[in-house]
Amino acid sequence: MPLGYIAKRLLQLVAILFGVSVVVFLMLRMIPGDPAQLLLGEFANPEELARLRTQLGLDRSLPLQYGIYLQNLLQGDLGNSIRTNTPVAVEIWGRLLATLELSLAAMFISTVVGVSAGVVSAVRPHSAWDYGAMFMALVGVSMPIFWLGLMLIYLFAVKYPVLPMMGRLPMGLEVPAVTGLVMVDALIAGRFGVLWEASRHLLLPALTLATIPMAVVARITRSAMLEVLSKDYVRTARAKGLSEAVVILRHALRNAFLPVVTVLGLNLGLLLGGAVLTETIFSWPGLGRYVVDSLMGRDYAAVQGCILVFAAMMAAINLVVDLIYVLLDPRIRVNE
Amino acid sequence: MSRWEALHDLMSNWSAAAGMAIIAAILVVALAGPLLTPHDPLMPAPLQRLQGPSSAHPFGTDSLGRDILSRVIGGARISILIGVISVTISLLPGTLLGLLAGYFGRWIDSLIMRCMDMLLAFPAILLAIFITAVLEPNLTNTMIAVGIVYIPHYARIVRASVLSLKQQLFVQAVGHLGGGHVRILLRHVLPNCIPPIIVYATLGMGTAVLQAAALGFLGLGAQPPSPEWGAMLSEGRQYIQIAPHVAAFPGAAILLLVLGFNLFGDGLRDVLDPSLRSQ
Amino acid sequence: MSTGPVLDIRELTTRFDTRRGPVTAVDRFSLNLAAGETMGLVGESGCGKSVTALSVMRLLPRPAGRIVGGQILFKGKDLAALPESQMRRIRGNEISMIFQEPLTSLNPVYTVGFQIVEAVRRHRRMDRRAAREEAVRMLSLVGMPEPAARMEDYPHQLSGGMQQRVMIAMALSCRPAVMIADEPTTALDVTIQAQILDLMNRLKAEIGMAVMLITHDLGVVAETCQRVAVMYTGRIVEAADVRTLFRRPAHPYTVGLFQSLPQIGGRRGRLRPIPGAVPSLLRLPPGCAFQERCFRSDAQCRQDPPWTSVGAEHWVRCWHPMEA
Repeated sequence: MPLGYIAKRLLQLVAILFGVSVVVFLMLRMIPGDPAQLLLGEFANPEELARLRTQLGLDRSLPLQYGIYLQNLLQGDLGNSIRTNTPVAVEIWGRLLATLELSLAAMFISTVVGVSAGVVSAVRPHSAWDYGAMFMALVGVSMPIFWLGLMLIYLFAVKYPVLPMMGRLPMGLEVPAVTGLVMVDALIAGRFGVLWEASRHLLLPALTLATIPMAVVARITRSAMLEVLSKDYVRTARAKGLSEAVVILRHALRNAFLPVVTVLGLNLGLLLGGAVLTETIFSWPGLGRYVVDSLMGRDYAAVQGCILVFAAMMAAINLVVDLIYVLLDPRIRVNE
Repeated sequence: MSRWEALHDLMSNWSAAAGMAIIAAILVVALAGPLLTPHDPLMPAPLQRLQGPSSAHPFGTDSLGRDILSRVIGGARISILIGVISVTISLLPGTLLGLLAGYFGRWIDSLIMRCMDMLLAFPAILLAIFITAVLEPNLTNTMIAVGIVYIPHYARIVRASVLSLKQQLFVQAVGHLGGGHVRILLRHVLPNCIPPIIVYATLGMGTAVLQAAALGFLGLGAQPPSPEWGAMLSEGRQYIQIAPHVAAFPGAAILLLVLGFNLFGDGLRDVLDPSLRSQ
Repeated sequence: MSTGPVLDIRELTTRFDTRRGPVTAVDRFSLNLAAGETMGLVGESGCGKSVTALSVMRLLPRPAGRIVGGQILFKGKDLAALPESQMRRIRGNEISMIFQEPLTSLNPVYTVGFQIVEAVRRHRRMDRRAAREEAVRMLSLVGMPEPAARMEDYPHQLSGGMQQRVMIAMALSCRPAVMIADEPTTALDVTIQAQILDLMNRLKAEIGMAVMLITHDLGVVAETCQRVAVMYTGRIVEAADVRTLFRRPAHPYTVGLFQSLPQIGGRRGRLRPIPGAVPSLLRLPPGCAFQERCFRSDAQCRQDPPWTSVGAEHWVRCWHPMEA
């Protein structure tokens, strides 16, 4: 793997993050409402307000405020939450892992189901399966997932109570944090009861979050496979006497992966965005809910931190997608 | 392809026809709204709280005893408006920026597109949440926020078609004949960008409705007692255990309308621009 | 060549469903191929040459194309009626095929070595190491310099000629009895063309296989084939050994093909393209399909012309063949 290329992309990533931090900083200062006032309540006396403003650095000029912010940022200090007075970095880290666990599960479901459905549709185009699957996919991309989540809760937690309504684990059940991903931690600790409970809690939110990406992946896989299946090299593979399964999985699907990976990368934004809604519905203690709560509470530092983390994740994923590209397609030459 | 042929193709395209039927039906409901509603969508009836579907209230009643069918009908108008206005808000600046970036290239292109990249660095819903919070949560600001979020998409699409048009001889020829930039852009470049814009705008209506409803659901969009579907869902969420119908019907309405836009958009794409089909 | 034919195609008929109706792309096609022989199949594009090849391989695009009649006899079996699973054991093993565009015919994401090894291991009981060695041996057989190193290359890293050599190595890796080559040199430079044709001639002798060479290029036919069949709108209109066909073409269409070619050292004169255009398969005239473009046609040509012998092993489908 070309190291120079990776270094260049990492630099770009830093540049984007810098831009994002400036934009977010400025926009947050435009939000109506004085955080000091909000913190101390409507009847705070002017001296206290002034003291808090000084303490929060709100009395200095904007560039100076930003300079201080950036300096702290470079030291890994995202400031303290004005609501809980704990370091934002700490709060974000724990929630980030919860979001990551949910997103990874959703990513897994949407890829496996989406790719399989798309492949079967492409292999039997215009069949009943194809029409059915593609209609379902269209319903999927049109789905208000916050509604789907509620309906799933009603169906599987209220009407037929087989799954829990919300949360990551039942009250009182815990597992020593190694990775911060409950499922993985439970596996490491060898506590299969916890693993079972954790997966039961994960199922509905992950399904909800997976719906739209799954539908998108199914649609793109179908069209990419249809195109690849008409290629000369697929005919060559058949002319070699290879079985249809090998032709489709080894020769066609491998080539169809390129557009699918691109779409998966693009959809990560969708996934992270969907996490905001899914976490709200299922009371999942992740970053998505945290950022909404912070915004409502005018918690500048927390919002700023979250958005930086979101942007960093999006940029990092795009980088990973590009690297996967290079791995998947030997024709792509990287210009160093 | 002549206009009539295009229309014929559109009608014989299953997806487009189904989408059109759904949109038309909801449009009729939205326009005829007050004539159709059996009850006043905003009138509370404390004695009839959270009743399940019945012949008097086909969709049941909500926590204040309001008729949900009437509220869903009332919400149709809001959702259609949201779709049209939000798309207009992203379409106009997006098209302009895309035209400028693609046509003039060089630093103008870099400047515009890097700004667009910056907007795209956020997950859409997060950016919309952020903007509504900055502007203060209400229906108007929801439309503005959703509109702003999708500006980069239109800019990219228009820029891409301008770039491919620039390769074609006739635009270069007009340039050599000494037409002014504005004239070339409006008379020759813009008309050729229209098919992809129409397709994307149709699909974009669905996305806008969905995003606005999500904001409503989070409490950042239309505020009670407005019968906006997302806000209704947000209320219904509290009663999901005892009265699931409160959330079920407005959500189904959102799904139906968005599905209509997506069906129609897919069909339009097949007819107007077969080269886009694989995307 | 006293042995019977390895491949005996009898009255093969292949039909395609198109949006405007069914089309008979190959119509009652009969041909046989003896071991060690190269048979040329000539015609303009769209005349059904490639569809014939794909029919024999049973690789017609599904569900649009299908064989609707006739037999394809190979070693006593009728390929037209063979179940797909048995056909897969023959494809790439006893009958193999190479195509016009070597670059697009090779899978871009796998190394050349992987693709040859895959073909070897599909049909021959060999472990990974042995199959690899066999692949290297095939590459050197087709004249690839540094074959072991080339195994790790991806198709796009090779020149067109080298790509076609890889295709040939892959096609021959199981020592087939029949190789079908569909325009194997059309996409290549002239000098490379000659090299590839030489290579095919040499390997044909070494392996003792029969070759069906599909081409629109009469020059290629002259260089490599012993016998030729000329196709027009899905039917064979003339068949003979190369010498006879080039000296005494009997079908007016064949004559037209020669006259539309520049001839080095031959009679000088203007090139005369055949007037008119190939008729659509959807609207073939009754009788001889060439009648509208033919300078010898008359009312009789509206009847199906008979398959007549005009010399030793020289057959033509025409009411008014050219006199010898």
